[in-house]
Order: sequence, then C-alpha cells, then structure tokens
Amino acid sequence: MKPGIRWGLVIFISPVLAWLTLLIVLPQVDMFIMAIRAENSLGEMGFSLGNFKLFFLEPIYWRTFARTAIFSVLVTFLTFLITMPVAFYITKVVSPKFQGFLAVLVLMPFWVSELVRVYGWMILLRESGVINHFLLKFGLLDQPMEMLYNDVAMVMGLVYTSMLFMLVPLLSALESLDNNLIEAAYDLGGNVGSIATRIVIPHCLPGIVSGSIVVFMLTLGNYLTPNLMGGKNGLWFTEQIYNQFIASFNWNQGSAFGFLLLILSSGIIWLGLKLTHQRLGKVVQ
Amino acid sequence: MQTDLSVVRVMKKFQEFTAVDGVSFDVEKGKFFSILGPSGCGKTTLLRMISGFFEPTSGTIEINGRNMAGIPPNKRPVNLIFQNLALFPMMNVGQNIAFGLERQREKRNVIRTKTAQILERVGLPGFEKKKVDQLSGGQRQRVAIARSLILEPAVLLLDEPLGALDLKLREQMKIELKTLQSQVGTTFVYITHDQSEALVMSDHVAVMNKGVFEQVDTPRNLYSKPSTPFVARFVGENNQWDARVISLDERKGRVVAAIMTPEGHRFEARVQGQLTPGADIDLFLRPEAIVLEPDAAIEGLNRFSIIVRSILFDGANSRILARLPESDREIQISLPQTRQFDHITPGNRVDAGWSPESGMVFAKEKNRDSDPRRVTP
Repeated sequence: MKPGIRWGLVIFISPVLAWLTLLIVLPQVDMFIMAIRAENSLGEMGFSLGNFKLFFLEPIYWRTFARTAIFSVLVTFLTFLITMPVAFYITKVVSPKFQGFLAVLVLMPFWVSELVRVYGWMILLRESGVINHFLLKFGLLDQPMEMLYNDVAMVMGLVYTSMLFMLVPLLSALESLDNNLIEAAYDLGGNVGSIATRIVIPHCLPGIVSGSIVVFMLTLGNYLTPNLMGGKNGLWFTEQIYNQFIASFNWNQGSAFGFLLLILSSGIIWLGLKLTHQRLGKVVQ
Repeated sequence: MQTDLSVVRVMKKFQEFTAVDGVSFDVEKGKFFSILGPSGCGKTTLLRMISGFFEPTSGTIEINGRNMAGIPPNKRPVNLIFQNLALFPMMNVGQNIAFGLERQREKRNVIRTKTAQILERVGLPGFEKKKVDQLSGGQRQRVAIARSLILEPAVLLLDEPLGALDLKLREQMKIELKTLQSQVGTTFVYITHDQSEALVMSDHVAVMNKGVFEQVDTPRNLYSKPSTPFVARFVGENNQWDARVISLDERKGRVVAAIMTPEGHRFEARVQGQLTPGADIDLFLRPEAIVLEPDAAIEGLNRFSIIVRSILFDGANSRILARLPESDREIQISLPQTRQFDHITPGNRVDAGWSPESGMVFAKEKNRDSDPRRVTP
C-alpha cells in the first residue's frame, strides 16, 4: 500500500474520531465513574453502587422508568401506524407531479422548532384554547374541558414530533418497491391485507426498523414534549435525570439514571432487531 | 369450440388520447393468441383491461362467457405474467408459487403437493426452497408461469415476458413456452413487439397499430397475405416500391395489375383490394421473393437489374443491399448461402426477377406514417 493513501485515511477519519472521543466516549466514561461513586456516611466520596440501588428501592424511579419505556414503544408503534399509509399514499397513489409537493407539506412543520410546535398544540388544546372555544360556541360543551396535561395529549404530541423521522425512511423504502409486485399480488388474488403483510411490509422492513429506532430513541430521550404536554402526573424518565442534575444537584445519582436509560434504549433496540431479523448495519444504511 | 375470451368493441381513452379504439376478437379454448404491434400501439393497455387493472371506456370483455365489467383483478379467472415477471423477492420459489393458493384459503398439504406438481411440470422439481435471486433468467420465467398456472386460470396473459432475456435464451424459451402451452392446454394471450416470437408460437396473431387491429390471422397468412400495408411492413422484411397502375386484368379469377415504376419498369403483380387504372400504389416485395440471376427461360417473370452496394453477411439471413441502375432506390435481396452467388461483389450489375404471385400491391396510403416503428405517444 502506498503511504499517501494511508495519510488520506488519517485525514478523513481523524475529525470523526476526535468528535467521537471528545464528545461521546470521554463524557460517558466520566458519567460512568460518577455513577459508581457516592458519598458514604462520613461525607467522603468513594466507590458505591448505592445510586443504582436507590433506583430499585424507590418505586417512583423504576415506575417512571417502566412507564417511559412502555410509552416510547407505544409512540413508536402509533407513529408507524399513522405514517405508513401516508408514505404509501405519497409514493404509490398520488401522481408523481404531486409527490414532491406532498412530501414538502409533511416536512414543513419541522422547519420550526419543537418548542414552537408544542406550543402550537397547547394553544389548540388548553382550557382557553381554540378547540374548547369552538366546542363551547357550538354548544357541545357546557364549560371548558382541560385537554392538556394527560397521557393522551402527551402521546399525541410525541407522535406528532416523531412523524418526520419515520416518514423519510418509509418514503425511500416504498420508493424502491416495484409497483409490479403489488399488481402481481393483486392479480394472484391478494387483497389489501395480504398485500400489505406479505409484500409491502416485508419489503419495507429495513426502513421500518431504522425509522422505529430513530423515533424510539428520540421519544425516550425527549424532555420538552412530556414536560410541557404531560403535566405533573405524567412523569418521563428524562425529567428524573434533569431533577437529579439541576434540582437536587446530585450528579452521581443523575449519572446513574442516565446510564440506566442508555442500557434501556440499547436493550429495546437489540430486542427489536432480533424480533424482526434485521442487522443494525443493514438497517442504518 | 368453446370461446374462452371474447373482447367486443373495447375502447380505452386517456383524456383525449385513445389508446385502444374499438377492438374486437375471440380466443378459442386452448389456443395461443398473440397481439403483435410496435410499442405504444395500445397492446399493453388492452392486456391490462383484460386482466382488470383498467376498465374499458366502452365495450365488453367476457371470459368463459361471463361479463368482466367491474370485476377487480383479484377476482378474475385470468392471470398476468408481467414484463419483469414480478417475482416476490422476499419469498422463496415455493412461497411465490403458493401465494395464489394461500389467498384462496387452500389447505396446507394441498398447496404443498400442487406446488411440487407444478414445479415438476415446468421442469424445476425440488426448487421450492431456492431464493428468487438464485435463479437464472429462464428459471425465473418458469417460476412466474408456474405461479400463475397453479391457479388454473381460464386465460394466461403474458406481457412480453421474453423481452429481458438474451437472444440465445429467448430462442430457447420461445419453443419451451409453446411446448408448455400445448401440454397444459391453457389459453395464452401473448403480447409482443417481436414478430418472430408471435409467428413462432401463435395459433393466431393480431397485428395492432394505433389502437386498432389491422389483421387477425394465422402466422402463415399474415406473412404471405398481409391485408394492409402496415402488416406488410411490420411482419417480416419488405421492400417498398411506389408505382402506378396502367391496366387491370382478370386472369384465372384473380386480379392482376400491370404497373409502371418511376424508373420505367413494367411489372405485373397481384392486387389486394380495389384499384383503378392510374392509381398510385405501393408494391411490397419480400427480400426472399426476388430471385438473383433468374434463368432466361422462365416465363412471366418480372425482370430488372440491380447494382450491388454491399453484402450483409448474416449466415442464413444474408442479404444483398442493392440499388437500381436508374435511381437511388434501395432494395434488399436475400442471398442464399449455397455458394452459388459467391462471385457477386459490391459494384456488380446483377439481373433479378420476381414472380407476379409474390409481389403485393396496395393503394397508396394517405396521411399515414410511413414508418411503422414510430412510437406513438
């Protein structure tokens, strides 16, 4: 091998390596060290698994943890259910002239920040909001109803926030699906259900899995939407981490929680890949 | 004979464009019927109407005597072999073939035996577990046909399935398809732009142009007695020569015309349709209808001279590309590889002749495209 080629490799790979080391590996190592240290009874710092122990002893922590995991899976699944027909419609039903237009239409809301979008929902849903206003006006309600600060509103907000990240991989997966396959299945006696489950979904599986991974990770790590739309009785695990770092100023405890969240997301993604017989390398492509 | 497929005055319009314009035909049970036409002539549209993917704008399609109006593709007793075959890449060969039967909620063991039988029939026994991308072009072809035949359709529709194969394999598959069709006895409706495929395999061929059928006939008649100039040009090779009718004559119950070419040749030729003296005509001459260096003793032969431009050697299909001494009119003549004409070289002046029986005369067309292979939108 010529030395020049090696230099090229070094030049191209070093920014990536530097980025990974400085921003991902070093902080994680530091977090891990913090997570396994705690104050003993004398107020001295030392090795301890107490931070992790506390997580299992206090029901509020592991319940929030389980709740976050279950809701994230639910949000991912709902996002898929809503996005799949949309993606199919854009790629296969609409005439090619409108495909780009419709895709931009779906993309457009994502040009504004998540915060603004969530506030948009809040304007619609809150007690003095737009929906309540019209329901009262048409006499469907006697007094305003609080639609925010519950799990339904939170899940809706999360699904809305995640849709784009499911839509893009699904669009490209469906784009590569040969229309003749759908027609052939139809010709051989298939109906909507069997064509979807035997042809369309198997073909799009890598796209579905990659979209699901992104949506799941973003939902699990989301802080803004659960905090603003979920209200006080709908806790999200990221809020617990935030509380430990900012409110309690217990960085060691917060680091332990952060690590648990990392393990949780890796675990569920691993499970999802196993269940769908996909490999991470293929899905990410 | 039972009629499996009956198409009556079917028309299909896409906005202002008429893709299929009042086509009618019947296909008898167990026949191999081809629709031959240049790309854009509306043959795929016609096929998609029969399979149910398009509804005709007007006209009726009957399969087994049942009107198919409003019946979707998954409920029709016909199956379509797609141009790219459309085998399901996410399934293996067995699953591909079983797909149709599974949709009919057939029992699992019945599906398994039927799949094995049909694979045996198309010459791929034991291929159930193979993946689609492990198959060769010819094998994929057979799997696609097996996948449709297992449903025992009344009519099997084929949309140029040999188009993607290389020449050698295509020649082989032509014969295989024909053999398979006569074995299973299913009615085949085959569309193609390749005249050789249509002529070799079919019992009847319909030549389609600009949404209408020009002629429906046996391959032999199509070649020897084309009824329109388009068929004469499109089926097989033909030399086209414009001329004018001098006189018409009835001989042994057939109309024979004396014609004069612009170069001053006086020929006699058989007439198709109505002609009057003085009419402008097109004369069609097959390259193999022209005899090189004819014996002077043969009577009634139309004789003329040519100057050899070049020799196109192509084995049994070898040709002489020649022109007339009087003008630049180009003429192709078959060159039999019997070594008899080996002395002919470019630049030679050679005598040629043709029998009045082998030339075809049509009244000159008005306002029609001269090139049959031109793609209509």
